[in-house]
Amino acid sequence: MYHFKTKRYLFSKGLDEYFTGIHKAYQFTSLFFKEVFKRPFHLREVINQCFEVGLKSLALISLTGFIVGIVFTKQSRPSLEDFGATSWLPSLIGIAIIKALGPLVTALICAGKVGSSIGAELGSMKVTEQIDAMEVSAINPFKYLVVTRVVATTLTIPVLALYCSFVALYGSYLNVHAQETSSIISFYQSAFKTINFLDIATSVVKTIVYGFTIGIVGCYKGFYATQGTRGVGKAANQAVVLAMFLIFIEEVIIVQIANWIRYF
Amino acid sequence: MEKLKQHIINKEESVIAITGLYKSFDDLKVLKGIDFNLFKGENVAVLGKSGTGKSVLIKIIVGLLKPDRGEVVVLGQHVDQLDGKELNALRLRIGFSFQNSALYDSMNVYQNLAFPLTMNVKNLGKKEVDDAVEDVLESVGLKDKLKQMPSDLSGGQRKRIGIARTLILKPEIMLYDEPTSGLDPITSAEIIELINEVQQKYNTSSVIITHDLTCAKNTGNRIAMLYEGKFLKFGTFEEVFKSDDEQVKGFYNYNFIQ
Repeated sequence: MYHFKTKRYLFSKGLDEYFTGIHKAYQFTSLFFKEVFKRPFHLREVINQCFEVGLKSLALISLTGFIVGIVFTKQSRPSLEDFGATSWLPSLIGIAIIKALGPLVTALICAGKVGSSIGAELGSMKVTEQIDAMEVSAINPFKYLVVTRVVATTLTIPVLALYCSFVALYGSYLNVHAQETSSIISFYQSAFKTINFLDIATSVVKTIVYGFTIGIVGCYKGFYATQGTRGVGKAANQAVVLAMFLIFIEEVIIVQIANWIRYF
Repeated sequence: MEKLKQHIINKEESVIAITGLYKSFDDLKVLKGIDFNLFKGENVAVLGKSGTGKSVLIKIIVGLLKPDRGEVVVLGQHVDQLDGKELNALRLRIGFSFQNSALYDSMNVYQNLAFPLTMNVKNLGKKEVDDAVEDVLESVGLKDKLKQMPSDLSGGQRKRIGIARTLILKPEIMLYDEPTSGLDPITSAEIIELINEVQQKYNTSSVIITHDLTCAKNTGNRIAMLYEGKFLKFGTFEEVFKSDDEQVKGFYNYNFIQ
């Protein structure tokens, strides 16, 4: 005799899974805010993770920031030359790099490098039962693995973004200096002339949000990895894709809010 | 080995008492009404084919999985009614040795062993941690592997370190998930001896999940035969395998041929 098993879904399998996923992500994020202010703080592990995040990305961010500065300057120059406004180049570069490119480039690099690494590390710990091993040893794996990593990315990525912006401006200065001799001090003064407190604050807030997003997405995807090694690869991949997608959405929202404040 | 199994069992005191335990995953019913007792100082080997719910049983005991129905009392406490802190306090009294050892692969042997201790016992000096690590490493016969990474160890050594990591917290109950799977017969015999030594030295009560008859025979004071989510037989090795039950005979013959 055959038994035909019918599984009931509220909408459909895909939609149900989609909404369940959102709910699970919401619970995961809520748990982070509940745990982050509770003892123990595992400060040593947070510092370790900050070094991991910072050192892992430093070389790539230096190179990318430098190239972005040079390329953006090179591409902007002809347009400004048409209007005889090359003297505005440092200001234009300053606005572009400090307000948008520095934070965004840093976030995208870290999403690729740090987010995937967190996703893969936690995913591999999950499928090899290392997370369960922590739990049965009466150690809170969420606190030790997730909270420390998310705090580390939230603290480190703003610093990396600041560093990236300065390196990009230096790259830009070298290009400007090669065309028309100028001092580095006057270049930086011109670059920051059009930047106000709100611009800096917006960039800092953006990078904090990006850092948090990269950490929480990487941890979430790793923490719920299944299906062995295939699941680890999937977790690493999804950590990057989802973090990048969210970063772009956050960019739009934060810029919009900053503009409302500016014109308020 | 038989000599080692001579151990004082207190049949008055039950450290694990399970009644009417049910567990399913979606449509798959894994445990269908389990009743189980583990006495103080006793080793019970749970035998059964893969996928019969043996590992699920010990994961429920340690609170990694929640039962659908039934009562699970461990060291006098209802596991499914405990809050996070109470469950952690109970877990400190239970050692869980994983099938694949589950050693932290980013830490060396010393760090793997010291980690549960330093995270759970406050204000421990370095010397106290070193002494505890040395003591458990000596118990598992791997004193010289202190600085090695898990990836540099053999399968048997990883199992031993996994057991040592649980012993460092001096548990009252040990749960072994397939302790001899994937090991050659000689290394399996060493692990079996270690399980019996642990019972003697640390006065533990243990549940040994296995599909290896040699392991079950040499470690278990009693054997529980799990079949399709229920215990088919429960008793001494002789009582279980003198049975005429086709399922039990099939399992015995298969192991014998192997």
